[in-house]
Amino acid sequence: MSLSRFLAAALASTLYVGSAAAQTLLNVSYDPTRELYSEFNAAFNKHWQAAGNQPVTIQQSHGGSGKQARAVIDGLRADVVTLALAGDIDELHKLGKLIPEDWQSRLPESSTPYTSTIVFLVRKGNPEGIKDWDDLVKPGVEVITPNPKTSGGARWNFLAAWAYAQQKYGSEEKAQEFVEKLYKNVPVLDTGARGSTITFVNNGIGDVLLAWENEAFLALKEEGGDNFEIVAPSLSILAEPPVAVVDKNVERKGTRELANAYLNYLYSDEGQRIAAKHFYRPRNQEVAAEFAKQFPQLKLVTIDKDFAGWKTAQPKFFNDGGIFDQIYLGE
Amino acid sequence: MTSTTLTAGDISAARRGSPAGRILLILGAYLAFALFLLLPLLVVLSEALKLGLGTFFSALLEADAISALKLTLLAVGISVPLNLVFGVAAAWCVSKYEFRGKSILVTLIDLPFSVSPVIAGLIYVLLFGAQGFFGEVLEKYDIQIIFALPGIVLATIFVTVPFVARELIPLMQEQGSQEEEAARLLGASGWQMFWHVTLPNIKWGLIYGVVLCTARAMGEFGAVSVVSGHIRGYTNTLPLHVEILYNEYNHVAAFSVASLLLGLALIILLLKQWSESRINRLRHTAEEE
Repeated sequence: MSLSRFLAAALASTLYVGSAAAQTLLNVSYDPTRELYSEFNAAFNKHWQAAGNQPVTIQQSHGGSGKQARAVIDGLRADVVTLALAGDIDELHKLGKLIPEDWQSRLPESSTPYTSTIVFLVRKGNPEGIKDWDDLVKPGVEVITPNPKTSGGARWNFLAAWAYAQQKYGSEEKAQEFVEKLYKNVPVLDTGARGSTITFVNNGIGDVLLAWENEAFLALKEEGGDNFEIVAPSLSILAEPPVAVVDKNVERKGTRELANAYLNYLYSDEGQRIAAKHFYRPRNQEVAAEFAKQFPQLKLVTIDKDFAGWKTAQPKFFNDGGIFDQIYLGE
Repeated sequence: MTSTTLTAGDISAARRGSPAGRILLILGAYLAFALFLLLPLLVVLSEALKLGLGTFFSALLEADAISALKLTLLAVGISVPLNLVFGVAAAWCVSKYEFRGKSILVTLIDLPFSVSPVIAGLIYVLLFGAQGFFGEVLEKYDIQIIFALPGIVLATIFVTVPFVARELIPLMQEQGSQEEEAARLLGASGWQMFWHVTLPNIKWGLIYGVVLCTARAMGEFGAVSVVSGHIRGYTNTLPLHVEILYNEYNHVAAFSVASLLLGLALIILLLKQWSESRINRLRHTAEEE
């Protein structure tokens, strides 16, 4: 093929991509939801067509929650975001003016259709005898957790450890000392939860992985239960990964109706069942009862009651110069 | 000079060194080669074929893999020709003309070699991102550069800019400009001179540069990762697709796609070897004349 013909073909194919007529929906999500949304997207498409609509193409992008929020702010044209925590979606309002400030009140349950929590994944037989948070700060125990700057799961991990230490030892100073000791035991900070899981599961690094409950169950399922087991600590945090329509993008693309239907379907019985099947805790009480046996009973603190919400917790702990920087960089 | 006391025999003996040392060195080289290069390649292939040829091919023919392959070839197909034109122009400027700031130009051509690819990607986010320098203008005309094909192509171009120019500059400097001057004196136009004198002289060096440039463009990960947005089936190139598959516990598919990249790399390696031998042959005939 001659050069000019090749370039013409290349140009034609990009123009073709640009003018594709069918509606597309881009869901920018965080790391561990890959399997959840690949099943949910197929189910939603069926539901959408059964209501008399044209089939839609649903595109997925996954990565560390903070990194994904940054990409949407920088111009990645997400119709909906389904991120790991409200703090990251708040940034879309603060830095990008892409959504209104009260975005979280637009959908039921503070826009959080499913929840999760933080548990420990240890190697089979639990050779280090890890039972609770105190065992993670023992000298010589290697803890794997991602970077709280880029990963949402990592921030839930951090806050769960903090809540445990504060309740047990009684003060913020003691909690900071505890968390500092814990992070001294972390040999590597990956950018996202899935990266940390791969580090622990495939590369065999570390004694314990702090993980989303759903991510820990998935690792057990994918890699077989012969090599790992889940340990539920005495106290953890209710991890609430919310969802939102990105107003500015759906207005430009004319996909608001589709995007709203997509997120609302997460609250339907089928959406809730798919979430539970992928080890997320459903909000719907009936569906939750069906899957009750699957999840360990845990004492859970919440971001709103115990940390005064992400608007307070994010700058206090994770922004530049916050507590994480102080303990990790020694600033 | 005392070297006159050495005979030819002494020199060749000194060059050979002790036979045991020589064998040890050669063995060491082969061992290092086997351990660091051959073994990983074999691991990739054996992992890819672990579940048989069926799974291997189904991983390659899966829709996301095909679209990643298409995107990679498209990005290479756009960025390599542009770099070819730029490389020839830059090498021509540097080797045929004398001007102020020439050494700065030569240094700038090498910039992408010394800048981390991640920085290269971030530069484009800062320029063309929604919050970036041109963000508002692009927004107004609804033009998307990053998280789309243009961004991926730009990042690839940035990373591979030096290859063609770097290959041609020493070659063209070595050849000097007498032949071109002769052509002009005999009445050739600028284009005639370029097509009939310059291009035949630099042909094999040019091919070598293009081959290296293609190899690098195909394998680029860091810069493209920053500007891609990671939309599956749309803005994932082959190297990004390999990472995604690996992160989804889909090891066999990840290694299958990796071995596809490996196959492309081997083809490029053969092309490189072939053009290199042509360059050497040209050099030898030039020396004999």
